Parts: sequence; C-alpha cells; structure tokens
Amino acid sequence: MLRIIANRMLVAIPTLILVSMLIFGLQKLLPGDPVTAMAGEDQDPQLIASLRVKYHLDEPVPTQYVLWVRDVVHGDLGASLRTDVPVTSLIAQKLPVTLQLAAMAMIFAMGIGIPAGVISAASRGGALDYGANIFALSGMSIPNFWLGIMMIFIVSVRWHLLPSSGYVSPTEDFWLSIKTMLMPALVLGASLGAQLMRHTRSAMLSVLRTDYIRTARAKGLLRGTVVVKHAFRNALVPIVTVLALLFGELLAGAVLTEQVFTIPGFGKLVVDAVFNRDYAVVQGVVLVTALCFIVVNLCADVLYVLLNPRLRRG
Amino acid sequence: MRRMLIAAALALGATAVMAQTSQTIRIGLQDDIGSLDPARSVQLVDRIVFASLCNSLVDITPDLKIVPMLATSWTTSADGKTLTFKLRQGVKFQDDEPFNAAAVKANLDRDRTLQTSNRKSELASVDHVDVIDDYTVAIVLKQPDAALLATLTDRAGMMLAPKTLADPAGVAAHPVCSGPYKFVQRVQNDRVVLEKFPGYWDADKYPVQRVIFLPIPDSTVRLANLRSGSLDMLERLAPSDVASVKNDASGRFAPVSGLGYYYVTFNIGNGKRSNALLKDKRVRQAFDLALDRDAINQVIGAGIFTPANQAVPKSSPYYNASLPMPHRDVAKAKALLKAAGHEHVDIEFTYPNNTVSSQIVQMMQAMVGEAGFNLKLRPTDYATELNAAHSGDFEAMYLGWSGRVDPDGNLHQFNTCAGNLNYAHYCNPEVDRYLDAARVKLTAADRKTDYDAASKLLAEDDPIVYVYSQPWPFELSKKVQGFTPYPDGLIRLRGVSIKG
Amino acid sequence: MATPTTPVHARAASHTTGLPRRKRRGIAKFMRNRAAVLGAALVLLIVLMAVFAPWLSHYDPVQASFMTVRQAPSAAHWFGTDELGRDVLSRLLWGARASLLAGVVSVGIAVLIGVPLGLLAGYFGKLVDGVISRIADALLSIPFLILAIALAAFLGPSLTNAMAAIGISAMPRFVRLTRGQAITVKAEEYVEGARAIGLGHARIIMRYILPNVLPPIIVQASLTIATAIIAEASLSFLGLGQLPPAPSWGSMLNTAKDFVSQAPWMSIFPGIAIFLAVLGFNLLGDGLRDALDPRES
Repeated sequence: MLRIIANRMLVAIPTLILVSMLIFGLQKLLPGDPVTAMAGEDQDPQLIASLRVKYHLDEPVPTQYVLWVRDVVHGDLGASLRTDVPVTSLIAQKLPVTLQLAAMAMIFAMGIGIPAGVISAASRGGALDYGANIFALSGMSIPNFWLGIMMIFIVSVRWHLLPSSGYVSPTEDFWLSIKTMLMPALVLGASLGAQLMRHTRSAMLSVLRTDYIRTARAKGLLRGTVVVKHAFRNALVPIVTVLALLFGELLAGAVLTEQVFTIPGFGKLVVDAVFNRDYAVVQGVVLVTALCFIVVNLCADVLYVLLNPRLRRG
Repeated sequence: MRRMLIAAALALGATAVMAQTSQTIRIGLQDDIGSLDPARSVQLVDRIVFASLCNSLVDITPDLKIVPMLATSWTTSADGKTLTFKLRQGVKFQDDEPFNAAAVKANLDRDRTLQTSNRKSELASVDHVDVIDDYTVAIVLKQPDAALLATLTDRAGMMLAPKTLADPAGVAAHPVCSGPYKFVQRVQNDRVVLEKFPGYWDADKYPVQRVIFLPIPDSTVRLANLRSGSLDMLERLAPSDVASVKNDASGRFAPVSGLGYYYVTFNIGNGKRSNALLKDKRVRQAFDLALDRDAINQVIGAGIFTPANQAVPKSSPYYNASLPMPHRDVAKAKALLKAAGHEHVDIEFTYPNNTVSSQIVQMMQAMVGEAGFNLKLRPTDYATELNAAHSGDFEAMYLGWSGRVDPDGNLHQFNTCAGNLNYAHYCNPEVDRYLDAARVKLTAADRKTDYDAASKLLAEDDPIVYVYSQPWPFELSKKVQGFTPYPDGLIRLRGVSIKG
Repeated sequence: MATPTTPVHARAASHTTGLPRRKRRGIAKFMRNRAAVLGAALVLLIVLMAVFAPWLSHYDPVQASFMTVRQAPSAAHWFGTDELGRDVLSRLLWGARASLLAGVVSVGIAVLIGVPLGLLAGYFGKLVDGVISRIADALLSIPFLILAIALAAFLGPSLTNAMAAIGISAMPRFVRLTRGQAITVKAEEYVEGARAIGLGHARIIMRYILPNVLPPIIVQASLTIATAIIAEASLSFLGLGQLPPAPSWGSMLNTAKDFVSQAPWMSIFPGIAIFLAVLGFNLLGDGLRDALDPRES
C-alpha cells in the first residue's frame, strides 16, 4: 500500500509543476500592465517606473518564472500588489474562513443528502424516490448566487432575521459566527446536498442489486439491517470518491457565495485579485488551491484503498 | 411562526448589541482598503481611514480653507521658494515618540525617496527640507508652488512615527501615526479596527472609543446592514436608494458635493486611434451640447449629481461662476456636426462597467444619438480602462476623478501638454502658460485670474466634457451625532458621538 | 432480471440494417421516463425562446426608456422593467440566446478538443497518454470556476471569451471519459482482430472505437451543457462574461442585485429562467443516460 501512495505522490509532482507554469503563464498573458492598476488614479510615472523594477516586469518571462519558483520554494509567495500584505498571511487569514464555510456547507449537504439518498434508494421507484429525485435535480439546477441574492432579500432585508454580510470569527463570538455563516452555508450546501443525494442513491442502488445482498435478504435479515449494515458500508466507497470531487465544486461555489455575502474568504480573495490584476495573490492562491486539491485527492485514493480490501493487493 | 422567529432573532440581536461597547462606530465603506502606508496609498477609502489614524501638517474646513493641524502657523518667503512651518508642541506619536521637526523631515524625505512612493510627483517641487529647531521646519522648493500647502493636507503631509520608518512592510502592516485613533487590526477584505489613542493632543474632542471600518462593495447589502443596526454609518449611498432613505426617519441623509467630477474625454492625439473627427473641436462641442445634465441628475442621480462645466468644484474659492453651464441644444449640436462635415458620427465609447456608470453611459448614448452620434459602447473593468487610457487604445472615454483641494490638482495633470493624466494628449500652449503660471503665483486673486482664463479656453476647446460633480452621499443612523460631511469625502470624527 | 447485453460488435455492423433494436428500445425507454420527457420539453422551450426571441418580444431589449424605470410587473410589462426602463421579459427572451449559445458552444469546444485527445491517449497509450493525461490532470486540479475566471480575465470580458474559457475548463472531463472508454473498447477482441488484418489506426479509431465511445459522451455533453449555462451565468454575474447592455441572464442578475430592495422582479425572473434551462438539460441528460445504459432494466 505504501507503494501505491508513493506512486501517486510521484505522479503529483509533474502535475504540480505544470499547474504552476499554467498559472504563471496565464497571469503574464493578462492584458494590460499590472503596474497601471497598482498606481491608482494618480498614475505617477515615477512610481510606475520603480514598480516595474521592483517586480522584475521588464525581464523575460522565463526569468520571472524562475525567480518566482525560487521564492516559492523558500516559502515566500510574495506580497499583495495592492496592500503590501504578504500572500502567506493572506492565505492564513482567509483559508480558515472558507474552510468554516465549506465545513458548515458539507454538514448540511451530508446531513440532508446522504440520508435522503439512502431512503430514496431503499424505497426505489416509489413516490418518495421520484419526488426526492426531482427535488435533488432542482437543488442542482438553481444557480447558487441567485439563491443567495433571494435569501438575502427575504431573510435579511425583509425579515431582518440574519445578517446579510460579513464574518465573525468563532473564537471571537461562537454563536454570532454560526449565525453569520448560516445563510451562506445553506446556499452553498444546497447544490452539493442535491448531488450527494443522487450519488448516494445510485451507489446504494448498485450495491443493493448485488448477489451478496440478495443472499443476506434470502437469509431472512431484516430489510433495515441489510440496508444500513451491509449496503451502506459498501456504498461508502463511491461516496468517498465523490466527496473528493465535490471538494473542488465546494471551492468553486464558495467563490460565488463569498462574493454575494461579502465573506472575506479565499474565493473572494481570488476574484478581487483577478480584477485588481494582483498577480502575486492570484499565483500564490491558485497554487495553494491546486496543492490542496491534489492532497485531498491523494487522501481519497488512500481511503479508497483502505475501504476496499480487494485493492490492497494490487 | 414568523413572529416567533423574529422575536427569537431580536432577542439574539439584542444580546449581541449589549455585548458591544457603546461608543464604537461601525462605518461601511464602498471599497476594500488598499495600502495603509500613506506614502504608498492610492485609494480614497485609504484616506478615510487615515483621517482617523493620522494627522497631517494642515487640514481643511468644509469650505476648503486651510487650517492648522500638526503645524500651528506657516509663512512663505518673499520669493516663494521657502515654506516655513511652526509645529504644534506636546504632540506624541502613538508609540510615545515625540513629534518634532526631525520627524517631519524624516517623513517628507521618505515620501520623496522611497522606491515605491506614490507621493513623488506631489512633492516634485521640493528641493530639500531643513530642520531649523525642534519645532520649526523649512521646506525649500526648486520653484514656487502654490498648491503645496493643499497637498500637505493629504497623504504627503501625514506624519508617521520615525522609528517605524525603517521597515516599509511594517508600516503597511502596522502603521503608527499621531492621530486620534491608533491601529489595532486589519483583515484584508474584512475590516480595519482602530482604538482611541489616549495620548492624543486633542483627545477630549473625540468621544468615540473604537472605530471599525467594514468594506461592503454591494450597496444594497451595505444599506441593509445600516438599517438592521450592524453599521452606524456608510459612505457612497447608491443614488437609487436616495428616495427611500429620504423617507426613512430612522436615519439621516448627509450628502455633500465633492471635489471631483465625472467626465468624457476624447482621443485627440494619443496614438493611432485618434482621428480627424475627434481632433475637430466642433465635434466635441456638439457632444457637450447634446448632453442633458439635468436629466442625468434627475433620472439616475436622484438630484445629487450636480451638473458640472469645469474642473474646479463649486465649493472652491477658485470656481469660475461666470462660465456658462451648457444646456442641451440638439439643434445647435447637429449644426456643429454638419459644419464639421458629418451628419452621423460613429464613436467607440469606453467606460467602467459598474452599475451607475453603465446607466449614465446608456442614457448619454440615447441623448447624443439624437444629435447624430452613434456610440458603440465598450464596457471594461477599471484596470483595463486605465491601461487603455494610457496607451491611447480608445476613441472616447468616460472616467471619474476623486478631486483635490487645490484647483491645480484638478487641472494641471489633465490639461497641460505633458500632463500625466492628459489621456487625450490635448495640447494648447496658452492653457499651459496659464496653468503653469497659476502654480507659482502666491496670491489667490492672481491665481484665480489665470484659472478663469484657462477654464474659458478649455470650455471652448472641450478636450474634456465635464458631466457632473462627484457627490459624497453619507447615510447615518439616528444614533450618530455631530457628524459634518466634508467635500473631500473623508470622515472626520471630531465631535462625533454615538447616542445610547 | 437484467436484459442480456447486446454484443458490442453488433453496434459497429448495424449501420447497414436501419435502426437497430437497441436504439428503438432506447427511444421507447426514454419516452416512458416522464422526467426525461419533461427535460426535453424544457430544453425545447428554451430553444424556441432563443430562436423566436425577435418575434416574441414586444420591446427592444437594449433600448433604454427613462420614463418607465423599475416598474413592477403589469399588463404592459409582464415581468416588469429594469433600471433603464427596459422590458424584463424581452430581455429574458433575448438572453436565452446568450445562455443557450454559451452552453452549446462551450461544450462543443470541450468535445471537439477533449474527445480526440482522449481517443489518442486511450488508443496509443504510453508517452502520448502520459503527456495528455498529465495536462488533463493539471487542468483538473484547478477548480473549474476558478480556472474559468482566470481564463476569462485573461481573454477579457465578453461572451465569446467566456465560452472559450468554459470550454477549455470543461475539456479535461471529456478527455478522461473518452480515454477510459477507449481503453476498454481497445481491449475487445474484434479490435485486435482488426489490427491483425492490417487496418490502419485511423480507420480503427473512426469505425470501432468512436461509435462505442459516443453514448456516454452524449450523456456527459448534455449534463455539461447544464454546468456550462450556470458557469456562463456565474461569469457574467461576476462581470467576466457578456457585458451589458447586451442581455444575458447572468449579467441581468449582476445589475439586479443592486436593486433587489426596490425592484425584486429584476432578480426573480432571470434566476427562474436559468433554473429551468439547467433543470431541463439535467433531466434530459439523466433520461439519456437511463435510455442508453444497457444495464438498467
């Protein structure tokens, strides 16, 4: 098994290098001069000249790439061109925010999606299954930024029930923190919950049809026991793989949710940085995201092998 | 059921409010703050924070007179090349360092020499700074500069604690100034928190104990937060919200006409995209006459987009009241176009794609369309627009300028042949003469004569068509007492308190 | 009891005998699936909206009318007017073009680039597979929307560029899918047989591998159109796609969010439109998957 893990890690390295080149190349191809945006409405020519020197913008692109990689390897991801805050502190500040949002969204998604999927599979073909499927598809089809706008309008503007923006750290005020994240997490979790429900349902269905389940039923085991003890545990494998996939969707959904609810997280950081031509931030953040993604997929692979003993021998 | 939910939420909210310290003011901002180093800062919202965090040498009154702040008095030498300041005594920086002439010199030198300083052009006329004694400092200039005093009311005149100047990254991360509130915390895209500095020289005029700035770019959400009590005041209320806010007794609407303006400029000589049409001033004059500024003000501006016909704001003593405000005259516009040789003119029109600008530009498109202009709209984001402006990749463009206290700041860079912000590359040596002369003259009356003459020429040539004066619409909750809006759009907390 | 799987090679030979039994059975299964039919109906509705927009809309979708700004839904304007006095319903109908175009063209790009790459990777294996798979992995390790945002920012905000960005971001999925299918089919005996009798690579790929790879690609394409429509709406919402004044559901929502207190109808209807379009393609994709999957009874 260690060999499998080592193998996967080795494969991840060229991928990571390719990603870094991709991000760097994209940034360099962005239209317009990044320095112009940094110089604000005053456009002081002396400042523009100094900035070009400071950020090596007049040197050939491969040189700039090498300089950047050298810094990254030393743990220096640069500083925001707009605010001079180091990128590493920005990530340290904002990642927990997005992780909190993602975690709360995942809780909603799993809490509703998985049981719904199990029940739906168990009552296959019935009205419950049919209705749940339409409900899930609807959840997947609603654009989450629209759901966010509508919820802000109804819940915050009309009913004054929940705050419509901002972020409170859980260490500062736990319940206010949950309250502020509630709507965004619901909005983000809706689509995910819907997808999770469908995946759980289809995973359960394919397991329920297998021979050994039929054997268990034939042996006279209660339906409930069969479903929970045998079927679900085996259905966990594809569910876990899907969770890894959904992590990527979660991050993408977070981008929009954070924009709508003005949450100072990772997603908002990236979008603002792209609009402000804040190269350093975009490069650093996307690289870190790709790294996380690769790590999460690696963990999913390992989990997959652990859960499925047949693969351990391979 | 809903009532139960609301009651529960109110109870939760009430406890939250009680937990909050009274005399904390929460201010909603339109944009996220950029750099908190006055030497590097480029945004308006940065200056809003600096107004509470830092002191500058001099400050302004609401009618744009220059008054003492860290400097108590000043004199100009007879030849205009030396500006001597007498400094306030007994002032401490927020790290307990004493404020003195050496500190002033250190700051001004830094502003002029730091590699990434954004203040170099503002202080271009400064040759060197002399420390005369502990509380007297002399700024020696290369040539007289009438605008320098006004510049020193802004970031160029802000004083940071000298011991912190050695570490530039440290300054932005934790600025130490001498203002009424000291820096506590900054979370990018989330908040800036300031706390009362007890050692401030005017501390008893500042009742508020804690200031929290919250950038909320979405204007609907910003207003919703104010109405729900999560904010105490906000800046730049959306014009579409003005009507509902005027009817709302739970708040106070406090607009003020600003120093800046929104304008249309044409590519007269900036690269290949300039053409004979744009070079012809009759075409530009026709455009000017085809606009109905009052309609823009009514329909989109809710009455707060005061029409503008010159760069100098109405609140300035240099405002040229004798310059006529162009009123819409489609017939005359058509005649001008015909005289220029065309009945229909195609122009590509670049503008920033935010909500208000989009609305205004589309309204303009309809208006000038009636006079024969066919505008092809090209929306861009702000960074791209600035780039296009520099490189000349535009035909006509709509932009804003936040404005400066001294008329030189609103005119010189835009209209002189070598002006840095002269995107049109308009060049009229006579205008240059007037604007350069106004810079070195020392009496206001003399300068006004020059500015009046320049504005007349500019109205005739129309390289820049001024549309409206940028307002600063503040909205406050009834709890906030003693706030006065200033034309520079900054929030000064002197005398401001929170009731209850 | 599951129906016996028709031998795969029958598909390659069947083009000479008219609609094969499998296809007829597939269509019948599709028609019996009410959800799938609903999906097809929704898609048809959206297509009709897009095609006949000029005739169906009573007002000019772009012309501003400052006398009728932000009016609530009424007999004259069924869905109300927006901040420039334009009829929301007319803009909705014209916006269907942008959304549908975005969906179809992006997926078209993804398929046209992804499928051939996947075929090459799956068929030739080794170095070709290595390179193509690494590139696909690299693209897949950046979350889809973030990649689309970065690409759209690089290309500049416009509908065409948004479509390109979404297409490129969606491409790796098709590479992976096609590659997996190609590997499976390549291992079949008849393919080995074809190689043995000396058929060229191109012939084998076109005649044997591609037709068997198509069904899951069609299913994936339909589902990806749904994703692409939401992606275009998201990019336009962020200001990176179709820019105003041209109507697009996403950019309508971008402007509408600033007026949600005064004119909620500006936000409600474009959102519902996106929802129905995406739901339609999702149901259609699901229906196609059920109809084309030989294992489901």
